[in-house]
Formats: sequence, C-alpha cells, structure tokens
Amino acid sequence: MIWAFDLILLVFLVITAIISLRTKDLLSASMIFGVYSFLMCLLWAEMEAVDVAFTEAAVGAGVSAVFLIATVLRTSRRSSD
Amino acid sequence: MKILGLIAVILTGGLLLSAVHDFPDWGDTTSPASSYRLSQYYITETIHVTAVPNMVTAVLADFRGYDTMFETVVIFTAGIAIIGVLRRYGPGPKLAAPKETITKEKPDLIITTTCRLLIPIIQIFALYVIAHGHHSPGGGFQGGVIFGASFILLALAKDLQTAQKWVPEKRVLKLAVIGIFIYAGFGLVAMLFGSNFLDYSVLHPIMPATDSIMARSHSMLGVEIGVAFTVTAIMFSIYSNLASHGDLKEGL
Repeated sequence: MIWAFDLILLVFLVITAIISLRTKDLLSASMIFGVYSFLMCLLWAEMEAVDVAFTEAAVGAGVSAVFLIATVLRTSRRSSD
Repeated sequence: MKILGLIAVILTGGLLLSAVHDFPDWGDTTSPASSYRLSQYYITETIHVTAVPNMVTAVLADFRGYDTMFETVVIFTAGIAIIGVLRRYGPGPKLAAPKETITKEKPDLIITTTCRLLIPIIQIFALYVIAHGHHSPGGGFQGGVIFGASFILLALAKDLQTAQKWVPEKRVLKLAVIGIFIYAGFGLVAMLFGSNFLDYSVLHPIMPATDSIMARSHSMLGVEIGVAFTVTAIMFSIYSNLASHGDLKEGL
C-alpha cells in the first residue's frame, strides 16, 4: 500500500460519490457512478484483492454503468428533486 | 422528514465510523481471520489438494462450490425476473417515450470498424479469463460479464437486431439454463460416483489422464464454464430488455 496513492483514491472516491448523488442530470450521474466503480476497482487492486478488482471493473464500471445509462435513456433524463 | 433522515444517516454513519477502530489492520497476520486454522489450511494446502494456484478460485468453486452454484442461480433468477417485468409482446401501450428523440442514422463508419476489430479481441480475452480463471485472477463471473459486454458493444455500435442474430432470445434462455445444468451436473455426477454433491475428487475415472487431485482442478474449470454460460446470457438479456423497452425490436 502506497499511502499517497491511497489518499488520492479515497479523496476522489468520496468526491465522485457525492457528485453522483447530487447531480440532477441522471445521465451524468450514472457516468460518474461508473467512475466511482473504477476508483473502487483501483482500490481493490491496490489492496492486492485482484479477483475482486477484476469483478468490480467488469461488473461495476462496465456492465452496470451500461445498464444504468440504458435505463436513463429510456426514462426521463432529469431528476425532479 | 429531511431532518429525520439526516439524523438517521448521522447516527448510522457515526456507529459505522466508531466500529472502524475494531477492524484489524490491512494485512495483519495476527487478526482472527488470518490466524484461524481454516485460513491456514486454505493457504498452505490448496495447491496440494486441488493443484490450483489461485486459491480464491479454489475456495469459490471447490471448497465453497455449493455457495457459488446458488450464486449462479441468483443471477439466473434476477435475469428471469427482469424478463418477466420488462418483456412485452405485440404493440403494447407506449409506456414512457424517451424525452429526447434519439436520431436514427446509419451507424458511423469509424465506430463500426473499431467495434469489428475490437469485439473478437474482447471475446478472446473473455475466453482466456474463463479458461485461466483457476490459475490467475478471473473466472466464470468476470469472463461471462466480459463476453456479454462484447455483445452489448455490438448492439450499441450497430443495432440490437445485429446482436440478436448471434444471441436471439430463445438461445439466451437456453444458454442460461445450460450453464446451471453444467454446474449442477458436476455435482450430480459426483453423487453418482457415490460421494457428496460437488465433491469433484471422485470424478477422475471419467476424465482422461487425471488423478483425484487434477480432477478437482479440471472440474473447477468445468463449473466456471457453466457459470460463464449463465452470466453471459443473462447480461445480454438484461441489456436487450432494458434498451428496447421489452419488445427486443429497437435498441438504443
């Protein structure tokens, strides 16, 4: 574990989590959620849990972002609250 | 109501943060999880009793194979539930038309060419992840998702119909069921040989040139292939149902 790399990852993780919750535009929210998953994947890889990182990259950052974007495009794009 | 929610969130967050102190440090060899004799057994004996270097896969597919089998069933059930909710036949009522009209143009030449070059590589990589899952990080779930994603990429780059030519709905459902049958089949054959369900070590008579240790390694590959079948099929079916509003005619 490299503490500086760790710190950058964790700070960006919190930032992307807050942004994806606060954004009104659901399309950008789901994209930022994909970024969050990718940072999570880097964090797993950094903790040497490579199998989990692999799953996070494939499922979290890859396919579930696509599912969310497909759902957003089929429903309304902006959140009402 | 918002203040109540804030109080609940702060309370739960405070409890969780106060519990962080009780966690062992990262990589702490004296933590209960690392010093328990079961972990010692997995770490020292996996390579001897299963001939599989990646002990994560060994725990996943062999020592706790029952768990993984029903994990696959969970994915299958989720896929079936999504088909049950979203799928509709015939000209149903238009539910929620997309607010922004998506322009229907001919697929861009650069995108289609790139995808034509990229998709075979993605699929070969997915097959490698599945086949090499018990020697390096990877396995049925990851490989299956990557393989499904290659079909999703095809559907995004051209249209849903092109992807449906390769994986029509009936074939998707058959593949999903076959995957679970492969997994459960390994368990049932082990029972036929007079051992416990999913005890792969008795399968060596039906596998050429193996002993009871290599039989566990090969059976792990077999069940990973089963998992990959189910995951690939369900991933593509979830995408196609979401993107086409359930009629599987027009994608995004």
